[in-house]
Amino acid sequence: MTEHVDPDPEHTEAETRGVGLAPSVIGTAEAVGVAIGDTVPEDPEGKPDAKGKIGIGGWLAISWLGLIVALALLAPVLPLHDPLEQFSGLASSGPQTGHPLGTDALGRDMLSRVIWGSRASLAIGLGAITFGMLIGGFLGLVTGFFKGRVDAIVTPLMSLLLAIPQFVLALSLVTVLAASADVSDTRRILVVILGLGITTIPILGRITRANTFSWSEREFVTAAEAVGARKGRIMIRSVLPNVFPAMLSIAMLGVGLAMIAEGGLSVFGVGVQLPQPSWGNIIAEGRNQLRRAPHIVIFTSVVLFLTVLALNFLGDVISKRFDVREGQL
Amino acid sequence: MGLLRRLLQLIVTVVAVTFFSALLLQLLPGDPVEVLAPFSSEEQRDVIREDLGLDDPFVVRYAGWLGGFVTGDMGNYYTVSSKRPVSDRVADALPISLQLMIYSQLISLAFAIPVGVYAAARKGRIFDKFSNATAFAMLAIPNFALALLLQYFLGVKWQLFPTSGYTKITEDPSMHFQQMVLPCVTLAVGQFAVYMRLLRSDMIATLQQDFILLAKSKGMSSRRILFRHALRPSSLTLLTVAGLSVGTLIGGALIVEVLFQIPGMGLMLAEAIATRQMVAFQSLIAIVAILYVLVNFGVDLLYSALDPRIRHDRTR
Amino acid sequence: MTSEETPVGTLPGTGALLDVRDLSTKFDSPRGAVRAVSNVSLSLERGQTLGIVGESGSGKSVLSRTIMGLLPRSTASVTGEIIFEGEDISGFSDDQYRQFWGTEMAMIFQDPMTALNPVMKIGKQITESLRRHMGMDRTTAHDTAVELLRSVRIPEPAKRFDVYPHQLSGGMRQRVVIAVALACGPRLLLADEPTTALDVTIQAQILDLLEDQQRERYMAMILVTHDLGVVAGRAHKIAVMYAGRIVESAPTRKLFADMKMPYTEALMSAIPRLDAPPHTKLSAIRGRPPQLVNPGPGCAFAPRCPYARDLCSEERPVLRPVEDDPDHLFACHYPVDSAESIEIKDHLRAEQMVAEAAGGGDSDGW
Repeated sequence: MTEHVDPDPEHTEAETRGVGLAPSVIGTAEAVGVAIGDTVPEDPEGKPDAKGKIGIGGWLAISWLGLIVALALLAPVLPLHDPLEQFSGLASSGPQTGHPLGTDALGRDMLSRVIWGSRASLAIGLGAITFGMLIGGFLGLVTGFFKGRVDAIVTPLMSLLLAIPQFVLALSLVTVLAASADVSDTRRILVVILGLGITTIPILGRITRANTFSWSEREFVTAAEAVGARKGRIMIRSVLPNVFPAMLSIAMLGVGLAMIAEGGLSVFGVGVQLPQPSWGNIIAEGRNQLRRAPHIVIFTSVVLFLTVLALNFLGDVISKRFDVREGQL
Repeated sequence: MGLLRRLLQLIVTVVAVTFFSALLLQLLPGDPVEVLAPFSSEEQRDVIREDLGLDDPFVVRYAGWLGGFVTGDMGNYYTVSSKRPVSDRVADALPISLQLMIYSQLISLAFAIPVGVYAAARKGRIFDKFSNATAFAMLAIPNFALALLLQYFLGVKWQLFPTSGYTKITEDPSMHFQQMVLPCVTLAVGQFAVYMRLLRSDMIATLQQDFILLAKSKGMSSRRILFRHALRPSSLTLLTVAGLSVGTLIGGALIVEVLFQIPGMGLMLAEAIATRQMVAFQSLIAIVAILYVLVNFGVDLLYSALDPRIRHDRTR
Repeated sequence: MTSEETPVGTLPGTGALLDVRDLSTKFDSPRGAVRAVSNVSLSLERGQTLGIVGESGSGKSVLSRTIMGLLPRSTASVTGEIIFEGEDISGFSDDQYRQFWGTEMAMIFQDPMTALNPVMKIGKQITESLRRHMGMDRTTAHDTAVELLRSVRIPEPAKRFDVYPHQLSGGMRQRVVIAVALACGPRLLLADEPTTALDVTIQAQILDLLEDQQRERYMAMILVTHDLGVVAGRAHKIAVMYAGRIVESAPTRKLFADMKMPYTEALMSAIPRLDAPPHTKLSAIRGRPPQLVNPGPGCAFAPRCPYARDLCSEERPVLRPVEDDPDHLFACHYPVDSAESIEIKDHLRAEQMVAEAAGGGDSDGW
């Protein structure tokens, strides 16, 4: 009992790894397992290091995301063209001096638009997931911890949100909530955040619930209950910190997905509205210039792809590091 | 779970989904008619208002709409002075969307199964590392960006495939398939990555089971062990995920249809949004959502038919 | 395996069925090579049973899988010879082994819950090897499989043919596993802890079944177990393994009558005895199983051995025959019946009596 009053996730990691080793080396588990207590099994996923070390890939991902975030934050003070300024005679031209990424259909500087566009894309990605984390995380934590009636009512409702394909749900919410023609840019971004955020509620909710459920059965929680700690306090102080890595790992993927989804909304014309740039609408609008100026789509796609790749990679590292059980989505 | 309970659950979900889509019109800020036909006269507006039952309470209107919906009345496209039923075009568009999704699903599985199986069998070797890393990267490619890149490189630059349009298979099969290549590949890439990675990790776990060793020790060929002994239990997981990922597939198909000008549900939705035909929009959303619910229902039934270990008996 | 392949000088059907010479198996691990099996030699005659006994981690399972050729080639490296029917099979590829698997040698696994394919009918799991190796058609294979199920004493075999493993109990599943292994009439059966996962009441039934089948089919068997009691009445020969090496081997009767190795003695005292008074404490072997990565120079059992002296941790004892008995081999500097060990044993016994007496005194309140 006392041995386990230790909410350290590393602890479980080691335990699980010991067990996980057994089948990983066919027939040799007996010998190897005994000989080398906590052997690292062969990298099960091939990508990031099995133990969740950050590694070269991880540092590259962190650097890329750091660069993108820094550029987004510093956009107003960087020596960039105005993303709305139209250089006449330069419409749809490729990379050249003064415009390293070329210009778009109206002769606006692409580098500036991509950097300014990252602000909208990042705001939407982070905003939607924060919204989903707050609501879905709270619901998951409460239903997983208290179970019983709360769980019986809230969980089916959350699952019901999964009955509609996520993109369709987001598309319908955003279309309707930003229907009138005179919606301001900020308001529209908020609507997109809300629409995408709502779709992430059931996913983050389920992950949080499943993890909370298993953590709340642990000895250190029962021990805390036995000594009379308040339930809400146990939930916040003992369970939440352990559940958080799982939420974070999913959230990383979610940020990427939300940024992609904004692009999907832009294809339907309900994402961030031009002329204000977002990565999604730059690509979606670029389709009209595909023959004349493919660089618009190509450059922006590569930037979006690398950002999502970096987020996915780090999400994977987190989930390995904290031994988050996948599946049960 | 008995069939009856499943059916009941299906009905509840369908009702909830349609209720949500009916709520959409309610959520429209301001007067829906203002949005639907902004340049109409007051009289014309009254006609539309009457037609939609906008003066009735929401529940009554929902019941009316649902009654029409189940009998095939999906509302109308409204113009200033006339209306056209939505259902006319849905009959053409829905099969096209389904076709697109089925092709993509088949392509992705056709590649994901062998690659996943062989990657698992060669775990840790070059083929495995390469295919796994590739799939990981594929997961990060936005589908709309991929669609445009394929259009540009394979369509515009190298002129291998047409970049847009749709031809019925009965009219010109060769053209039909040529036009379907790029949109289907766009959709299949993401699905492939999900299925391949899932199958690979599931197969790796399965291949470490004693029953695989028993099959080996009775002299079965590696091919038989991989495809008959290991794939079958892993394929149940694959099936579940294939069902769930139909949601992603639907979303992707809608986008891809717009980008490739394929006259399916996605293009209809885009038009409805662009022309503010909210009644049509509402019905189209309901159809797509019901489609998803039905697919998952089917997967559920298939699953229990395929798994001899009756429901909760799975150890993993 | 056919007569052309048999080396000159050995007639098929004579000599040992299996002759393992100086076999070692190593695994790569991040901390260095794991020497799971080291320099093991043993031989087995047709129709006979060899018991391999040791704790978990002793290398006995790895040894049996090495003989079967079932270890993953990417991680395991094997040296030495495995001569089966006069042919060295140790360097065989999977394809070459595949001709042996099922027909010449077969294996039974520890846990019947996991050894059968959960999504394949049990009949199918038997017929697939019949059809592959014996070229039987569907009907013949079906009938043969039903007969096999009957021979492993599964009630209503014709009905059971179409059930899935989860519909059977553990004991029944192990019978199916046995039927699968026996299907193509192997000459050598490796049973890796075949009863460990089963209820005590079922254990004897399964062991008896194996013994009967073995006698009927004139099949050789290697029975791997951690329980000396399991092999006591069933094996012709016993090899005791510790830290990947054979530390004592002898015909069963001799081993029990005159054990030399303190480890064998320790395993012996771990067998529950029916004739002992109830609640007698089973003496578990103290200490942990040995290090297989970079083992020290001495006897691997020395750290846990009650009779160990300085020499034991400095120099590893070689496996040598008991005087005038080449069948009985052991590896120990101070065997159980040596003067040095007897001295210690007496000393320990005296200490224990003192301790018991003192314990009694305490409870009297003095």
